Amino acid sequence: MSRAFIGMPAFPVGAKEALNDPQLRSNLRHATTTIRDKRSRVIAELPDWEDLRLSGAAIKDDVGRHLDRYLEQFEAEFTAAGGHVHWARDAAEANRIVVDLVRATGETEVVKVKSMVTVECALNEALAEAGITALETDLAELIVQLAGDLPSHILVPAIHLSRGEIREIFLENMSGVRDDLTDDPADLAGSARTYLRKRFMSAKVGISGANFMIADTGTLVVLESEGNGRMCLTLPETLISVVGIEKMLPTWSDLEVFMQLLPRSSTAERMNPYTTMWTGAHADDGPKNVHVVLLDNGRTRALADPVGRQALRCIRCSACLNVCPVYERVGGKAYGSVYPGPIGAILNPLLHGVDNGPVERSLPFASTLCGRCFEVCPVRIDIPEVLIHLRGRVVEETHHGVPGPEELGMRAAGFVLAKPGLLGAAQRALGLVARALRHRSTIGALPIQGWAANWTGARDIPVPPRQSFRRWWRRSHKTQPPTPHTAQQTRSETP
Amino acid sequence: MKVALFVTCLNDTLFPDTGRATVSLLERLGVTVEFPVGQTCCGQMHINSGYRKEATTMMRGFLGAFAGYDAIVAPSSSCVGTVRHQFPTLADEAGDPGLTRDVEEVSPRIYDLSEFLIDRLGVEDVGAYFPHTVTYHSTCHSRRGIVLGDRPYRLLRAVRGLTLIDLPNSEECCGFGGTFSVKNPDVSVAMGSDKVRHVRETGAEVLVAADRSCLMHLGGLMSRSRGGVRTMHLAEVLAQTEESQAGHRHGRAS
Repeated sequence: MSRAFIGMPAFPVGAKEALNDPQLRSNLRHATTTIRDKRSRVIAELPDWEDLRLSGAAIKDDVGRHLDRYLEQFEAEFTAAGGHVHWARDAAEANRIVVDLVRATGETEVVKVKSMVTVECALNEALAEAGITALETDLAELIVQLAGDLPSHILVPAIHLSRGEIREIFLENMSGVRDDLTDDPADLAGSARTYLRKRFMSAKVGISGANFMIADTGTLVVLESEGNGRMCLTLPETLISVVGIEKMLPTWSDLEVFMQLLPRSSTAERMNPYTTMWTGAHADDGPKNVHVVLLDNGRTRALADPVGRQALRCIRCSACLNVCPVYERVGGKAYGSVYPGPIGAILNPLLHGVDNGPVERSLPFASTLCGRCFEVCPVRIDIPEVLIHLRGRVVEETHHGVPGPEELGMRAAGFVLAKPGLLGAAQRALGLVARALRHRSTIGALPIQGWAANWTGARDIPVPPRQSFRRWWRRSHKTQPPTPHTAQQTRSETP
Repeated sequence: MKVALFVTCLNDTLFPDTGRATVSLLERLGVTVEFPVGQTCCGQMHINSGYRKEATTMMRGFLGAFAGYDAIVAPSSSCVGTVRHQFPTLADEAGDPGLTRDVEEVSPRIYDLSEFLIDRLGVEDVGAYFPHTVTYHSTCHSRRGIVLGDRPYRLLRAVRGLTLIDLPNSEECCGFGGTFSVKNPDVSVAMGSDKVRHVRETGAEVLVAADRSCLMHLGGLMSRSRGGVRTMHLAEVLAQTEESQAGHRHGRAS
């Protein structure tokens, strides 16, 4: 049984743990660099890639502006085609709806298509509590589920595991597996196929998410690589899909843009192997009882943030994870929440609020702002911009009461740096330190807590110079008149 | 052309040699540089750490100190990026039309040193002499922020005596990231160690960059492990001449 992302530590703690795992580092480096290089190659093939990105962003921004209208349009179309639409304010409501729907069928087992939103809701855990077993059928999700582990990547949830580790998991936890199983990828996939086929044939209820839902036709769309998703979407009698309300596209023809953006950005393929689309229910084809649960769970909260709302454009491709130097070193679990990597660092605090807990407070700082995520994002989410914005919100909304050492330091630095005279005085004080340390050029590990220790744990700091630049300038450029434009100098100063 | 030097608070306080090199280089090229003494800091550290109110106060100070110049030159791509990309947002937030006007007036006049040399002065060969093996780290703010492109490389290739070696994996961040370096020290050091490994692979004597901050991080790592690679700001390399090199050798010998 998989675990939910609950009570995870703040990013710096999770990251430190992950950094101590050399196997994880090596698995991640190998996997992310491979997919990163493949992605660059397939994107270079499209001369209009930048236009596609702009279109993708524009379509999604339009969805955000008119979401109310599109949602009602989708509901009307999907219902007219024989489907059932349910509305869920949060994860608990969505889980309750799904549990009730499954119970109404009398079944105690369901097969699942890989879906981030059901991990977000901890749906499997809610089903288990109701006595319903949910079987993950995406190969990587199955591996994670069999291991009782947590997914660590949006697209390849078992990216942190090597083939050797996967073989061990199968031998230990997969019923009916051959004893002579090797770590050959084809052999591993083959044994999973045998295991899953039996369950597909007997399953009466399928549960999925969706990559897109289309307002003007009332259609749901799932993209996948293995075909296991299509089994779940077509064989059972009842199909329940949980879909975040931001997955909307206004029209059928908008799909054209996203069918080019998503596969190239996610699996680095020109086209994904399986695309399944369904509009309501059909008497002679596929599931007879078709449900969709439209989930908010913080999406309208994110939409209300004028800078942050661009995160709702996200199509969960995970290109930002694959290029992120921080993600490459710590993996997905260090982010302590369902959406890892750069997009997770903004999406989780936007969905749940920066004041939700230590994880949400730490995530906006889990980045060097290097900017590679923005470069590759197919819908042009300016992740560094949103990170900086959220950092401001963390300081504004969560720093109450007695300030900690970090806040005191930053406020004091702000005070000194606002006045040339104070800065000069501080520099002269540092000059005295330099004189005291005249035989050294660097300072090593400092035995004091906080930022100084964090810096000097592995890095020297230079001994401050005896005279600052400003002091040198005053001495060497005595003849120069004081700065001109004194009249303008006061113009924009704080009144 | 009235040219002001924005030395940046980090260079002013910890790396005055970078500021002095910028002055001597520009003066050698015939530019009269002024140092507006009202300057302190652009507020980058505070903006990027979430302390926007403090940053806005610093921005007001910056705009006052640098009003009326034709060009403002800074030996730091990240500080230039702050003035160019963050100031407009901060001014908007303050809801002060006067402040927005000041930003519109001052922001377009700021140049990173490489931009000023190549785009404004039109020089690539600044007459420098530096007989050493060098590798160049293109920092994230210079690469993806203000997009310096090949400017620093062109300047370095024109330096007599200098051998420039490509740094492998040059598009990857060094892990400094401002306060990231102390808020997430473990990840920062992990990234920095990989960057240092690539630097060592080049066999270069000197690591050069357009930002002293990233060099402070990488230099600190290399110094701790007695790495034997010096760090120099691009300005410091470009300021070197045959005379200064001779003086340096003479000074050392005596």
